[in-house]
Amino acid sequence: MKHLKATTFLIAAALAAPLAAQQEGGRLDVVVQPEPPGLMLGLVQNGPTQLVAGDIYEGLLRYNTDLEPQPGLAESWEISDDGLTYTFKLHEGVTWHDGEAFTADDVVFSADVFLRETHARLRASLAYVASIEAVDDTTVVFTLSEPFGPFINAFEVGTMPIVPQHIYEGTDYATNEMNATPIGTGPFKFEAWEKGSYIHLVKNEDYYVDGLPYLDEVYYRVIPDAAARAVAFETGEVDVLPGGSVENWDVPRLTAMDNVCSTGSGWEFFAPHAWMWLNNREGPTSDERFRQAVMYAMDREFMKEVVWNGFGNVATGPISSKTNFYSNDVTIYDHDPAKAEALLEEMGYDGEPVRILPLPYGETWQRWAEAVRQNLSEVGINAEIESTDVAGWNEKTSQWDYDMAFTYLYQYGDPALGVSRNYTMDRIEKGSPWNNVEGYENPSLDEKWATAATQVRAEDRQAIYDEIQTEIVDDVPVAWLLELEFPTIYNCDVKNLVTTAIGVNDGLRDAWIEE
Amino acid sequence: MPVLATIVSRLIKAILTLLAIAVLNFFLLHAAPGDPALVLAGEAGAADEEMIAQLRERFGLDQPLYVQLGKYVWGILQFDLGYSFRQGAPVSQLIIERLPATVLLTLTAFVISLVLGIAFGVAASARVGKPSDSLLTTLALLFYATPLYWAALMAVLVFSVWLGWLPGFGYETVGAGYTGWTRAVDIARHLVLPALTLGLFFMAVYMRMTRASMLEVSQLDFVKTARAKGLSGPAIRRRHILRNAILPVVTLAGLQAGQLVGGAVLTETVFAWPGIGRLMFESLAARDYNTILGVFIVSAAMVILFNVITDIVYRIVDPRIGAKA
Repeated sequence: MKHLKATTFLIAAALAAPLAAQQEGGRLDVVVQPEPPGLMLGLVQNGPTQLVAGDIYEGLLRYNTDLEPQPGLAESWEISDDGLTYTFKLHEGVTWHDGEAFTADDVVFSADVFLRETHARLRASLAYVASIEAVDDTTVVFTLSEPFGPFINAFEVGTMPIVPQHIYEGTDYATNEMNATPIGTGPFKFEAWEKGSYIHLVKNEDYYVDGLPYLDEVYYRVIPDAAARAVAFETGEVDVLPGGSVENWDVPRLTAMDNVCSTGSGWEFFAPHAWMWLNNREGPTSDERFRQAVMYAMDREFMKEVVWNGFGNVATGPISSKTNFYSNDVTIYDHDPAKAEALLEEMGYDGEPVRILPLPYGETWQRWAEAVRQNLSEVGINAEIESTDVAGWNEKTSQWDYDMAFTYLYQYGDPALGVSRNYTMDRIEKGSPWNNVEGYENPSLDEKWATAATQVRAEDRQAIYDEIQTEIVDDVPVAWLLELEFPTIYNCDVKNLVTTAIGVNDGLRDAWIEE
Repeated sequence: MPVLATIVSRLIKAILTLLAIAVLNFFLLHAAPGDPALVLAGEAGAADEEMIAQLRERFGLDQPLYVQLGKYVWGILQFDLGYSFRQGAPVSQLIIERLPATVLLTLTAFVISLVLGIAFGVAASARVGKPSDSLLTTLALLFYATPLYWAALMAVLVFSVWLGWLPGFGYETVGAGYTGWTRAVDIARHLVLPALTLGLFFMAVYMRMTRASMLEVSQLDFVKTARAKGLSGPAIRRRHILRNAILPVVTLAGLQAGQLVGGAVLTETVFAWPGIGRLMFESLAARDYNTILGVFIVSAAMVILFNVITDIVYRIVDPRIGAKA
């Protein structure tokens, strides 16, 4: 029995307690960009929604920056030796923000009914779940049909937010009027949303963890212009700039100011991994030698230093070094224009133009595409940049109308959750930009991805993932670029802001302000 | 009743124009790549085909285009702008929420630019060729040529970051809980920079136009007659020259007034002003069809309304126009 006792965590928490006592009270102003389309986390899971709603809703577990599970709504849990039964013991005395009692039935309703219908990403994990049962008011048992190693990572708030059964059961979830005033169990309650200006959350006085949260209120501020967001931080109007909310070149200037702190931590669970899809179906990019030439042609160190102002790491392959089961036993593609030219010569590249599709997420991405184009033209590849907006990018990539397209994807702590979806043949399907868009086909690797996901022992999984990484890096299905880092910039008076693998998304529970 | 007849005929034309605009915009939007389901699903970072199909069905995008158009136009005829699936609210509610902020901003900018533009134009024409005229003309040219975006950022940098006199963005102090006069003053302080930035360009246009027009009219024979009668300089300028020189300015003001609803996208973005321009821009990026169409229709209605008002103002300023009709 792998048994994790609550007392272990109480001791750990006691040891981790800082010397200075936390101070209660205060107001925190955090930038949210762009304005979320809604706050009902079970229905909408985009970045801004997770940032705000991660304070309102909770998952069964939280994860520390080493991706180890920590108590959330569940105070303890155990996994059977065969990896098929997950038993969660829930906190006693938890209430929803409207005063109703939270019970195991809410968990069953959320995972088995509500999210099965609304949450595409969780649905993939739930395919392995045979049944979810409430044994009593505070005990829930998930029974799997076959072992699924990454399942323990599926209980984070954005992956499996627990939603109130008494509000949603039997209603049309998408049009339920309560979506406008979300009710969760989290440390902060929804107070007001002034569209275009701010979202106001207030302290949940009845929160079930004694003494938490410390803050009285939180304002999520909507400031649409990147330069204005930087100014808002400079003038002290906001205290926290979550990762990605200012352009990279503003970061050194802001962090050089007095009493300004920054951290790259708080993204371990997501491990955003950037690459270019290379269209494996047609054109020069369908030739493996061309794809390898692209890897050798690119000076990714330079891109990291100049385009990303030194943030991030050069990616070695499909799995981020922050994600479980990473291996660095792979071919390393250094910046080597001569090798690239030789490969192009060998394949007889005739100068056929290739189109580069940048991600329409701001100046940084545009400049990144320009840097790539420059590198490619140095080895004789005739590349053009073809820009579009977000909707156009979605359309082009999901209809495979591109040669090289920038993208980045979250990995969710495990290759089976966030990596394999981009490389296996069963994930080749037009109409979605979140699968095997490049059209990579390797049946023997497909089997390995599948086997690795369903092993019980971590060592067995590691061995298979090692093999996969060694082989796939030679095939270059996509051109891996960087493990991205989005630094969180904040006023140093704010303490304990980033303590988990999803950072600011669920960090305000423990945050406090030093007067 | 020629005036009434004109207004009625204008109104009928206006309604037809509005419908034509709605249909045209509908097709333009649907011609753009991508759709709201793909954008919404894309933002979740891990959609599958099943989810996208679900969304399309919910949004009614799975129906043939002509059915969607028919439903939309039928809604418009009943003053129903439709529902924003992205934001989960009726479009009319979204627009009404944002309307006060936008009108406050654009109307203030409108008044500032019109009053100052005409005043400076008259002043410059009275001192034509003198240093003060050159100064005003140069300033006007500068304001005219400065990109709005840059002017806005510089204004924030100087007055908000360096001097700390005025708030750099937002509509009011968030969470201060002001009421009554304190709140009005707070909003007014937030209004200064965006209204000035937005007003500068049109102020320059009005000033240059007033000045040129004043100079032109002052050469005409009836002005000589007035002078010969022995009228004073200021009286001639006010009652004879300005009254005749103002017509082109009225035309232009009518055009600017038409943009009162949707014409401040940049200003609203830089100053985080919670107005309709931003709603439109963000909805466009998200392909939130109903919301964009709704904003377009309200904007178009405003343009048409102000064209009618401009016509009426013409008649008041220059009675000859009504007589000819």
